[in-house]
Formats: sequence, structure tokens, C-alpha cells
Amino acid sequence: MYITVRGTPKGEPNGSVRENETGRSGKARIAPAVIGLGVVSLLTDISSESVAAILPLYITVVVGLGPLAFGFIDGIYQGISAVVRMAGGRWADRSDRPKWVAFAGYAISAVSRFGLLIATGFWAITSVVAIDRVGKGLRTGPRDALIATASEPEHLGRNFGVHRAMDTAGALIGPLMAFAILAMFPVGLSGYQTIFVFSCAFAVMGVAVLGLAVPDLRRNPKSNNGSGDQPGKAVVQPRWSDLARPALRRLMIAAGALSLVTIGDGFIYLALQDGDGVPPAYFPLLFVGTNFAYLVLAIPMGKLADRIGRARVFVAGYVLLLGCYAIAGLHLAGLVGLIAVLLMLGAFYAATDGVLAALASRLVPEASRASGISAAQTVVALARFGASIGFGLLWQFAGLSTALLVMSLGLVAAIPLAGWLLHVRTTRPQDETADAGQVPAP
Amino acid sequence: MTITRPKLIALIVICVLAVAGAAAYFGYARSSAEEQISSAPAVAQTSDLAALLAQDHVVFRSAALDDTYSKLSVVSLADPGGQRAVLDATCERVYATQAGGVCLTADRGIVTAYGITELDANLSPTASTQLAGSPSRARMSPDGSLISTTTFVTGHAYSDTSFSTDTVIRRTGGDVIGSIEGFDTTVDGHPLTEVDRNFWGVTFVDDDTFYATAASNTIGKTWLVKGSISGRTMTSVRTDAECPSIAPDGTRVAYKTRHGNPAPGHWNIAVLDLATGRETVLAETRSVDDQVEWLDDSTVLYALARDGSEGQSDVWRVPADGSGTPAVFIPNATSPAVVRH
Repeated sequence: MYITVRGTPKGEPNGSVRENETGRSGKARIAPAVIGLGVVSLLTDISSESVAAILPLYITVVVGLGPLAFGFIDGIYQGISAVVRMAGGRWADRSDRPKWVAFAGYAISAVSRFGLLIATGFWAITSVVAIDRVGKGLRTGPRDALIATASEPEHLGRNFGVHRAMDTAGALIGPLMAFAILAMFPVGLSGYQTIFVFSCAFAVMGVAVLGLAVPDLRRNPKSNNGSGDQPGKAVVQPRWSDLARPALRRLMIAAGALSLVTIGDGFIYLALQDGDGVPPAYFPLLFVGTNFAYLVLAIPMGKLADRIGRARVFVAGYVLLLGCYAIAGLHLAGLVGLIAVLLMLGAFYAATDGVLAALASRLVPEASRASGISAAQTVVALARFGASIGFGLLWQFAGLSTALLVMSLGLVAAIPLAGWLLHVRTTRPQDETADAGQVPAP
Repeated sequence: MTITRPKLIALIVICVLAVAGAAAYFGYARSSAEEQISSAPAVAQTSDLAALLAQDHVVFRSAALDDTYSKLSVVSLADPGGQRAVLDATCERVYATQAGGVCLTADRGIVTAYGITELDANLSPTASTQLAGSPSRARMSPDGSLISTTTFVTGHAYSDTSFSTDTVIRRTGGDVIGSIEGFDTTVDGHPLTEVDRNFWGVTFVDDDTFYATAASNTIGKTWLVKGSISGRTMTSVRTDAECPSIAPDGTRVAYKTRHGNPAPGHWNIAVLDLATGRETVLAETRSVDDQVEWLDDSTVLYALARDGSEGQSDVWRVPADGSGTPAVFIPNATSPAVVRH
């Protein structure tokens, strides 16, 4: 349990659900819905990451597909997510059943795991991967909206931190489980199939926890009475114009600008490798190190965001990223530099991923919460995709140092811009949490 | 938690069933794997490696479901289904010439370490270095002085499933010439500069000239390219041709082709006459995803997975002129390399 000493919370903005009906508990405790969704993500990540860890080996060594097949599967991964993500957010808001939209997403991914048990050819595996992506795209926005709905505004950052920490724990356990299973089979035979079976089992448990143990939080109409904000306005429908509100637009522009100069950790590891000769075999360990730092720092960063302002922590995360660029670009690595980069990358994710959802959830009316979160996340995903392509081009034509320098300069420009857009200097945490409450009811 | 009793019971039942089911499958799969291995008809083995190496032979990777699985193996060219010598080295991909061989390794674990081990003329390991990414193809120049490797590399892009290939040419003994991605490549008359360009499957004509596959997802094409190591250039010969393999007489190139179908999934083997540009599709109708090896000037070899099996495969042969029917050449084998004296 995480106990924070805080003053009385500000008024409930915008008809949040009431604790006695939804199981949301006192201010210092973490809402059961958040823990529940954390467990769902933990189980689901064990399921998906155990497969993701061995899928390359499985596809090349066992199924025997070549390089081009991989490129094709990868393209599918990229494309589907963005479209489905927006649709998932919108669907959750319109239906006011975010839990069941998220449930559909988790269930679709679970079904795709069963597909792996029988998929043998190229098309079968491609379909399985595509279906999994549809499920993932669908569920993210509604799930984060549920976390926001279940949280008191002043604990949003911490609650997203709790969720992301559990999520990341699953991402760490999954590959360990997969390799442990593989190691227990004599020559690796049928080890893969067993991993798929375990993956199915964890996926089913994740879906079951969501369906049976996570409260069905809705904004209208029964949960809305007495929240004080909009008496008499029982049913509020989402509108597209909700997504065009200045505050959300500023967040999307800020996050988009920052993401356009954000290079993936894979690239940062490659840059480290280039300068310092980190052996390629340790590549996966770098991901593990970053994930571990993320896991450990997610909750403290979320709490810090609640205390000093989410926008501040969000922007500060990119300052840490800039530090990573500097270490990688100036070849300061060495073991200390390497550990510093992994810590800072983990802290960067802890300061930005959940915090972005926390920020976005307060900038739209509750009726458009899932759409708002989805929109912000989609902007980030697309901008990052663009950044990785741009960085790859730069690296190729101008060399690694120049590419890193360009991205660093971009970040140096984007950080103050984002700070200005998000009113980092003037906005207090209370203002952030009250933002959505202040906008006039639609 | 506000969870009703029936729901709680349902949740517990589902979780218990899921865990028990997975555990039961684990036990079943493990015992049947062990049973399979103990009851597997052991492949006939010989300990006389020297005798096999003294005659024309095939070096390959064992795919027999016993303790020889994925071991470097040798069999006589005169009796490919007969007694095989099984060596200690465990390989994902092998190649060999009279002068020596190469074994690409994957040391599985939480961190899978990939490597390349060079082998001398007796197939004893001489030197090992690390390799970035999981092994896909390996070839050597006819005199054994050059080695090319293709591996899949992760982590180049945002999505953790992103793959690119890394094709490196090195000299026997350890000097790395470099990744052929750094060569100047011209396809269909234009420089190929797309970020997502990939190269794989080198086959050496001699110590300088080679053929390989170039690809770009953006353009949506693959090309057969002819390259020069000294000139650090590659130029396209034709499209829709992957994993080339030059015939011993140097007049033809065999490769896998998708016949213009943009989505990968089904490959046929085709042979291109370099003088006339005529392409002949071979008689194998199943999809082949392998870099073929020439048995002689009129026959090619390739590995095919057995239906419904994880990891079991055989090396097949089919005439290189489009006639005939495929036949098993070496059972329980992959990655063949024909070595003639």
C-alpha cells in the first residue's frame, strides 16, 4: 500500500463514479479497479511477452520462414494499431462500457493465442499476429480510461504508475518463463508448443480477472448522481469536438513534438554498442535493464507527478532522454555510463508513459475520456514511428554522431516548447486535476 | 474487492483449470518428447569421420529427433542415407568446402548468444566470434577463403518485432570485410537507398564476384543482385529472386521465387540461365524457404520441414531442368553443403 499524506482532495470533477458503488476506496488506498487492471495486464503481458520472446526463433528455426516474411509481419504490426486504437477509444466512450470494450480487446488477443497452437504456415502466423494487434489496439484506450475513472484525481499519476509497474513485471516474467520452459525440453522439441499453451492459460486468466473481478465503471447515468458537477445532466454523449479542446490539443502537440525527436531504446543501445562495444549478445539484457528500471520507478514517478505536477514530470522525462542521447553520442558509456543510460531510459518511460494517459484523461470531458487518451497515445505512437524512420535515414546518410546530434538539438528545442504549451511553470498539480472540471459542460 | 461470491468462485475455477491444464500439457509434452527421443530409430552412425572426409561427402545439420539433433554431421555422397558421422558442434546453419567449414551457433538462454565458428578441413573448430542476430544463411567461396552470413537482427526500430537482416562477408581467419548493406547498390537502374532495404543469401562465384538478394518493403520488390567485393558494388540482374545459389559450372543461378505475388508465403525454386536469361521453374510444388545447394550441375538440394513437426526436416533433391520429381536425399537433415574432391 502506498500512503500519501495530502490535503483534502479538490471537488470531484465531472461526475466521477462514487466509491461506494464501484469499490473505489479511500484516498490513500489504490482502487481495486486499478489493482484488478494491473493484474489483468500482468497476466496478459506474461502471455504475450513469453510468445514474443521466442517467436523470432520459432518462425525462423521451426517454421523456417525467411527474411522477407519477417518484414511483412512487422508491417502488419505497425499499421493496424493506430487505426484500431482510435476506434477502441471512441467505441468505449459512445457505448459507455469501457470495461467491456477492453474485455473485447483482451478476449480477441486471447483467442489469437489459441490460434498459435494450430498456426503452422506463413498466413496462419500472420493472421494470428494481426488479430493480436487488433485486440491490443482496441483495449488500451478503454483500459486507461477505466484507470482514470477509478482514480481520485490527485492519485492519477500514482495509479497509472501502479498499473504500468504491474504491466512491466509481466513483460519481465514472460520471457523468463518461456526460456525456462524451452530449457526443460531435451532438444527444444515441443517446447514451443508448451509455451503457446502456457501463453493461452495466462491470457485466459487475464480475461477472466477482467470479466469477473474488475468493476464495470460507467459514467452514466446511475453513477453520476450526486457528484455535484453537473446536476440534472444525466446522460452525456462524447463528441468529436471534445478532442479539439485547446488543453488536449496543446498536450497532443507537445507530446507529438517530443515524440518526433524520440528515438527508440533499440537505437540508443545500437549507438552505445557502436561507441563502446557492448557485445550484441547482451542486447536483450539492455531491454531487461531498462524494463527493470521502469518497473521500479513507475510508482515513485507517478507519485512525484501527483505532487509536483504531471506536465512537469512528463517534460522532465524528456530531459532524462536527452541525457541518454548525450551519453550515447559522446561515447561516455563504459559500465557506469551504460547503467546510467538504462536507469535514465527506465525513468524516462516511468515519467512519460503512464503520466501521458493521466494527463490526457483530465483534459477531456469524462464522456470522451477513452477517446482522448487514445488520441494522445496515437499521436505519440505515430510520431515515434516517424522518428525512428527519420533517425534511421539520418544515421544512414549522415552518420550516427550527426543523427544523434540532430535529434538532441530537436529535443532541446521541443522541451521548452512542450513546457510552454503545458504551462509547466505556472500550473500547479491541483489545476491539472481540475482542468476537465473547469471546462463548461457540453 | 467488490466481487460477488459466484464470480469469485468462477474466477478461481477458471484460474485453477487454466494452470492445471497448462501444467498437465507441460507434463504430457515433456514425457512424450522424452519418449520420442528414446524410441527414435537412431540414425546409423559411424565414428570413422576421416574415411567420410576422404571421399566426396555432404556436410549438414542433423534434424534427427535424438541426441544428434542440430549436430554437425557428415555423410558420404555415394550413400547419403547411410551411416553418418556426428560431430560435437551444435549448429543452426552449416556450410563447408574442401578447405574448411563454418558453423553458425545459437546458445539459447535468457540471453541467446549467437556466434560463428570456423572449422578446419577436418571440421574441427578453430575460431569463434559473436554474431549479431539469429542465423539464417551461411555460404563460403569455392576455395573456402570467404564466408558470408545472414542473420536476423532485432532492435533496429520501435516495435520490438521489427526485423532486419544483416549480411556480412568476412575472410576465413577473422578479417571482416563488412556488411554488404554498405555497398553501392543499383536496382532497375536506380540507386537503392531505402531505409528498409535488406540483403540476404550470398552465393560466391569466386573470390570477388557474388550474387545476393536485395529487398525493400517500401518498393515491395526483391532483386537478384550481382556484386563485386573489390568494387563494393551490387547491381540488379532481375526481380523476384531470393537466396541465390550459383551452379558449380557457373552458368546458372538457382533461387526461390514468388512469381510476383507480393506477399511471402509460397516460394518455388527456379533456375536462371545467366547467358540466355531464361528462367526454369523446378518440379518441386511445395513451398521451399531455403538457399538451395547444387548436388552437381544437374541437380539441386534443399531442406523441407516435415508436415506437422517441430524441427524435423529432410534434405530433398530435384532435377535442375524442371523435369522429374523430388525425392528425399538425406533424411533427418538440413543445411546441406556438398564437398567434392
